[in-house]
Amino acid sequence: MSLLASIPNPLGTSSITEVHDQMPSTSEILQTLTFQSGYNTNLVILGTTLLGLAAGIIGVFALLRKRSLMTDALSHATLPGIAIAFLTATTLGFNSKYIPTLLIGAGVTGIIGVLCIQAILRFSRLREDAAIGIVLSVFFGAGIVGLSYIQANAASGSAGLNKFIYGQAATMQPPDVLLMGGIALAAILATFLFLKEFALICFNDSFAKVDGWPVSMIDLVMMGLVVLVTVAGLQAVGLILVVAMLIIPAVAARLWTERLLQLVIIAGLIGAGSGYLGSVISALLPRKPAGAVIVLTCSGIFVLSMIAAPSRGIVSAVVRRVRLRLKIEADHIFEHAYESSSNLISNTELKDLSGFRGWTMAFRWMLIRSMLNAGQAVRTNVGLELTNAGTHRGAQVSRNHALWEQYLMSYADIAPSHVDWSVDQVEHVLSQELVNELERTLSSRGITIPQPNESSA
Amino acid sequence: MSTPNFQFDIGLDLFPLLAATLAAVGCGLLGNFLVLRKLSLMGDAISHSVLPGLVIAFLIASTRSPLVMFLGAAIAGVTTVLLVELVKKYARVEPGAAMGVVFSALFALGVLLIERAAVRHIDLDADCVLHGQLETLVWYGAPKGLGELFHPSNLSEIPRQIYVLLGMVVTAFFFVGLFFKELRIAAFDPALSTTQGFNATLLHYLLMIFVAAATVASFEAVGSILVIAMLICPAATARLMTDRLLTQIVWSVLVALLCGIGGYIAATAVPAMFGKDAVNAAGSMSVVAGGILTIAIIGAPKHGLVTRLSHSKKLVRKISIDDVLAALYRAEEAGQTVTTYSLKQALVGRAVDPAITTAIRDNMVERDQYGLNLTPTGRVSASEIVRKHRLWEHYLVENAGFAPDHVHDTAEQLEHLKTQPPAGPTTDPHGKSIP
Repeated sequence: MSLLASIPNPLGTSSITEVHDQMPSTSEILQTLTFQSGYNTNLVILGTTLLGLAAGIIGVFALLRKRSLMTDALSHATLPGIAIAFLTATTLGFNSKYIPTLLIGAGVTGIIGVLCIQAILRFSRLREDAAIGIVLSVFFGAGIVGLSYIQANAASGSAGLNKFIYGQAATMQPPDVLLMGGIALAAILATFLFLKEFALICFNDSFAKVDGWPVSMIDLVMMGLVVLVTVAGLQAVGLILVVAMLIIPAVAARLWTERLLQLVIIAGLIGAGSGYLGSVISALLPRKPAGAVIVLTCSGIFVLSMIAAPSRGIVSAVVRRVRLRLKIEADHIFEHAYESSSNLISNTELKDLSGFRGWTMAFRWMLIRSMLNAGQAVRTNVGLELTNAGTHRGAQVSRNHALWEQYLMSYADIAPSHVDWSVDQVEHVLSQELVNELERTLSSRGITIPQPNESSA
Repeated sequence: MSTPNFQFDIGLDLFPLLAATLAAVGCGLLGNFLVLRKLSLMGDAISHSVLPGLVIAFLIASTRSPLVMFLGAAIAGVTTVLLVELVKKYARVEPGAAMGVVFSALFALGVLLIERAAVRHIDLDADCVLHGQLETLVWYGAPKGLGELFHPSNLSEIPRQIYVLLGMVVTAFFFVGLFFKELRIAAFDPALSTTQGFNATLLHYLLMIFVAAATVASFEAVGSILVIAMLICPAATARLMTDRLLTQIVWSVLVALLCGIGGYIAATAVPAMFGKDAVNAAGSMSVVAGGILTIAIIGAPKHGLVTRLSHSKKLVRKISIDDVLAALYRAEEAGQTVTTYSLKQALVGRAVDPAITTAIRDNMVERDQYGLNLTPTGRVSASEIVRKHRLWEHYLVENAGFAPDHVHDTAEQLEHLKTQPPAGPTTDPHGKSIP
């Protein structure tokens, strides 16, 4: 504790100029969570939630089409469009701050950017990664040039065009929320109507083409939805981070399920959840850039998914590994005991083994527990005594070992002196079907391994 | 700038130009290995994700000393690579998506931390991260004339960023020069490299650390957007110009130089000509890089669009002539007369008219009142083509197991290749003699 105190707080609160963030009270949190903290805050929360929903759903298809980073290029390529739209509107004497004009410009150059990627892939030998990087940086550079030109030369100054880079959710207006809602609805409708078609071209587009589906048409619908979400997301989270709203929920959902419909639903929920939570948090802690907070909330959900997801998560992977290792070590113990015809593993033997096999204390405890729980051994004063079930398991493992050894020698032409080690790896994972198969194959060559005689043990 | 004419001012323009060019050259050099290893987007990812490393290092050490910054960036760079691997492994998604998840999350963290830092009146700012602050690199003690350029009292006024960038470029050149052999083998065949005793993974991480370091060195001056552009565009341009790695590196450095200088001129002098204020130089360098790349895509000597189109056009023309000659030869064999009309009927989809014109001009075909005939030289070429065709047919039936009535179309394509079919047989599967 004293050590921790001695390290200066990286986020430092010592500075005099620091304005302390006040932790919001519970009632404030509840108010914001339940849409009771004012009209503007509610608009922002609703808007970002809808945006998250739409981005989550559409991101799934971008991910499955392997276009995750193409959306990044797309979003960066919107910047020159914003600048051009602004300049054109100014020159023509329209209201240059009219958001829809700017967004249309953004969409146009975004699409041009994507077409440029396709053109580079089609007409040069550069690969996709380079093409994406080129379009991303060159278009964004052009956008920066445009913004700096406006800043320096336009009469009205840049007029907050910078907000499209990092986003400014707080400026959200009712039409924006309607736009988000419309796009979310379009995404849901498109998924509902075209799920089969989307699935087909996501998983096998050449088959879809051969089967006569209008692949480029369907692709266009998907890409169009991505463009819509990106453009709509510019104001809320900004063009650098909007890609996160498309990718992260989809990848997070990928950890939870393998079914497409579930993937879409989970990604939509994760997107909506992070939009909602993120904007609530940024409403409660002012002066935090809402876009970054939303993306970090989303990343938080992703990290949780990565740790805790049922079959692909880190925890379950670790559990699987430990289980397998427990099984292997126990197999070896039983096998050894069976082959040396003794029912007893003495405490000294166990100690030797744990040094030799590199068991930690915890692992040894778990190992013994697993043997006791399975009723394959009982504890006595001198060590572990194998029950009949334990002897049976040892006999099975030993027989599997012999079967596989015979198989390798007679079918894979491995020298008898070389089989033992590789068999030690395989004997634990032979399924009953495989054992039956081995018995059949080997007996066709006249090799039989007798069933173990358990009473002799 | 009120005067419409642009004047190069040593105090105002030298260092921005120098800083941008140095950053461009350093990144352009390293980019070669990223583009070759299909890791261009790793450069993109790292240049986004060093941001939190940078801010955290700064917040902990409360100093902007280059060493601390580099340490923060190197750690962030390696962390990015490791996290991408982790996401790829557990979520089982393509590397692009894994990178997208990692760098956008880290960048968001960086933006948030920068806002925290900004509260403490620290001159780190999210916008400057993107497009740099070249205009702040003013040489206050700028010499009046070129003669005083290296006067010691003037040199002490050189901004820190110039030294940092210079150090980065020199180190990058040393790195590439020292490990050229290893980098080359790892770029083309990482597995071979590892079996030869150069750990490709280690080299990969080393390269990523260098990319992160180059990013940081360039951050303050030119911003991350130019870093990404310079990591990818010059190397991609060079890749179109040549097939040799060393030549490619030289090209990429030259292109980077050109981008740096050309971009700066485009940002300052060009607007001045129209009486406008200068625009962002880093952005304009990216645009120049894109322009140079476009020129290369269209006009590169071997891999350019023009060359490839003219090659394929030449090939189409040659195939048409080949087909015309072969058709005439077959007609001669069968004792039929051939007219332009009947050729057009037989050779659908070939440009028959220009082919006949060329063949007559090359003295391969002559026209008389009945139709078209082969000249003696034309007959030699035509018999060569028909010979190839029939030998291929023979080969396909005898050695490749084709049915005799299915070989014509395939042989029709193979006859135009330079590769010779195995000689020997005297009749084709249809019983025609092979010339």
